[in-house]
Amino acid sequence: MSAQVDVRQVSKQYKRYPSHWARLAEWLTFGLHCMHEDRLALKGVSFQVQKGDSVGIIGQNGAGKSTLLKILTGTAQPTRGRIEIHGRVSALLELGLGFHPSFSGRANAMMTCQMMGLSAEESRRCMPQIAEFSELGDYMEQPMRVYSTGMQVRLAFSAATAVRPEILIVDEALSVGDTYFQHKCIKRIRAFKARGTTLLFVSHDPGAVKSLCERALLLDGGRLLKDGTPDEVLDYYNGLVARRNADEQIRQVESGFGGTSTRSGSGAARIREVEMLADSGHPARAFRVGEHARICCSVAFSTAIQNPTVGFMIRDRMGNDVFGTNTFHLKTGDLHAAPGDLLHVTFRLGLNLGRGTYSLSLAVHSGYTHLEGNCDWWDQCLVFQIIPGKFAFDGIAALPVEARLQVEKKK
Amino acid sequence: MHTHNHFLASQRARFKALWHYRSFVLSMVWREFRGDYLGSLLGSLWAILNPMAMIFIYTVIFSKIMRARLPGVADAMGYGMFICAGVITWGFFSELMGRCPRIFVDHGLLLKEVNFPRTTLPVIVLLSSAFNFVIIFGIFMFFLLAIGRFPGWPVLAFVPLLCIQQAYVLGFGIIMAVVNVFFRDVDHVIKIALQFWFWFTPIVYPVSILPDRVRRLIEINPMTQFITAYQDIILHGKWPDWGVFGLHAAGGLAALILGAWVFHKMSGDMVDEL
Repeated sequence: MSAQVDVRQVSKQYKRYPSHWARLAEWLTFGLHCMHEDRLALKGVSFQVQKGDSVGIIGQNGAGKSTLLKILTGTAQPTRGRIEIHGRVSALLELGLGFHPSFSGRANAMMTCQMMGLSAEESRRCMPQIAEFSELGDYMEQPMRVYSTGMQVRLAFSAATAVRPEILIVDEALSVGDTYFQHKCIKRIRAFKARGTTLLFVSHDPGAVKSLCERALLLDGGRLLKDGTPDEVLDYYNGLVARRNADEQIRQVESGFGGTSTRSGSGAARIREVEMLADSGHPARAFRVGEHARICCSVAFSTAIQNPTVGFMIRDRMGNDVFGTNTFHLKTGDLHAAPGDLLHVTFRLGLNLGRGTYSLSLAVHSGYTHLEGNCDWWDQCLVFQIIPGKFAFDGIAALPVEARLQVEKKK
Repeated sequence: MHTHNHFLASQRARFKALWHYRSFVLSMVWREFRGDYLGSLLGSLWAILNPMAMIFIYTVIFSKIMRARLPGVADAMGYGMFICAGVITWGFFSELMGRCPRIFVDHGLLLKEVNFPRTTLPVIVLLSSAFNFVIIFGIFMFFLLAIGRFPGWPVLAFVPLLCIQQAYVLGFGIIMAVVNVFFRDVDHVIKIALQFWFWFTPIVYPVSILPDRVRRLIEINPMTQFITAYQDIILHGKWPDWGVFGLHAAGGLAALILGAWVFHKMSGDMVDEL
């Protein structure tokens, strides 16, 4: 049997013109006077997906994910190469496109269904199910303009997934509203999968790919860098991301302030380098739940400080403090730092955290807390990710837990 | 030769996709119509009241009260009927022509993110303008019947003539729509051109009042032949010259093919640019 999705040597080239006039000049000379620059977004990407497979496509921003997505969806055409797709495709890239605020939720849902190629009759048959899944109740008859953003998204997702597609393309950047509905959506996607839908899931979150897919593709700079099990690909991705991030940090330090990181303090001591290492000793930015990591930093002193304290704080993506401590609390002992000294600090900790993205902040102070004698406070000096490991659980903390079962038989 | 076959094959696929999406197209046409009157008390009644007001102004006010007369036509209603025949059909022409440049630009996000046949967009605009035209034309016919000036069978000639006219517009309009994606100036150019075009077409005046030099210029304008034919049907119940419009039929078909070809060539680049 031939593959359901067959991508062969697909390249995508965008033309970039310096100005509109340049384009006009090229057009008027029928292309003889070439004014554009070609920008390759995809370079000879090939892969096959069999029916019923779930494939995650990961890569950093600018790796070519969205271009590949558009080509798979069929809205963009490859410049070179061939793509064959067998079966009805449903793409969840952006929800609620084509909604008209003056019409009722029902009318708009009808339109979404018809835009997917359903007939009026088929669309009408989907309506009760859409109303039920979106939980909009009476709002179905209200004009769209009285809807909250969350309600719009609920209706859009319900309508877009009203019929099980043979191939479902999901962009993880898709925001589907509150957590409750998000889970409902994931559940529906899983149910489709169980019934044989081929899933193409695009994400920059390795954790999500791991939980939904059996196979992962890694895109980088428009090339397909790796194709394998999520574990393999994620390990590779970690290496790639860590290398990139390290580069980026050097640049951030050089330029003083990074995009998101802020620094403050007297400057009596400066944090020179920060690195997060896996137990193997290699820099890493993605860790499995419970994995041990080392936070290494070096501090340069410009004034003498008696018993300097170095501390870190881990925050979740909402900015909540998750865990933090310092060398004072950890009783590392007395120390006197003289000007010109370089202090290397290593924290080794078990990352018993729930999956998600976290940021690390570091601080050096002369007192016991950063409120007194703050020398250098580096907010969000790096970002790391926790991806699911073998231990399955819900929540933000992976507490060590044991379970014991005992059955008391009826006498 | 190869690309030619490819073009034909993809046209067949486009028609199939269009047919598959017919219910989407009809819903969109209906939605555009309803959308105009949504939230008003009288609703779709406005779709009838507006054209009625227009016909009333040209016939009763212009012809009866202001006593404007058409050279060579003695009766009071003549000038009103003359204007209506031109203005109504010109309205159909200019609505489609004026809306075409924006069809892809306005749905940019949709075209980028949702895979649906793009050819539905010009068809939606064509049908929606046709729907508006049928309403106003129907009222006009009803009015002619009421005043006892219905031209009889030659009215049927409107169908092929309008089809040929709109084939030109659609073919040309699709090209404008594609080019407008790259140069948004097209939309503005068309809007200005339509204003001049209106006055360079004998709609509110007959060609006969023009000096010879100007008349030759006006007669180059293909719309002159169409509008004059419409006026002749309405005023004199005269069948159009099929020889001329047979040529135009070929021209309209050529325009459509050219439009489809430009669309075929450019639709890939177009989505990249949106």
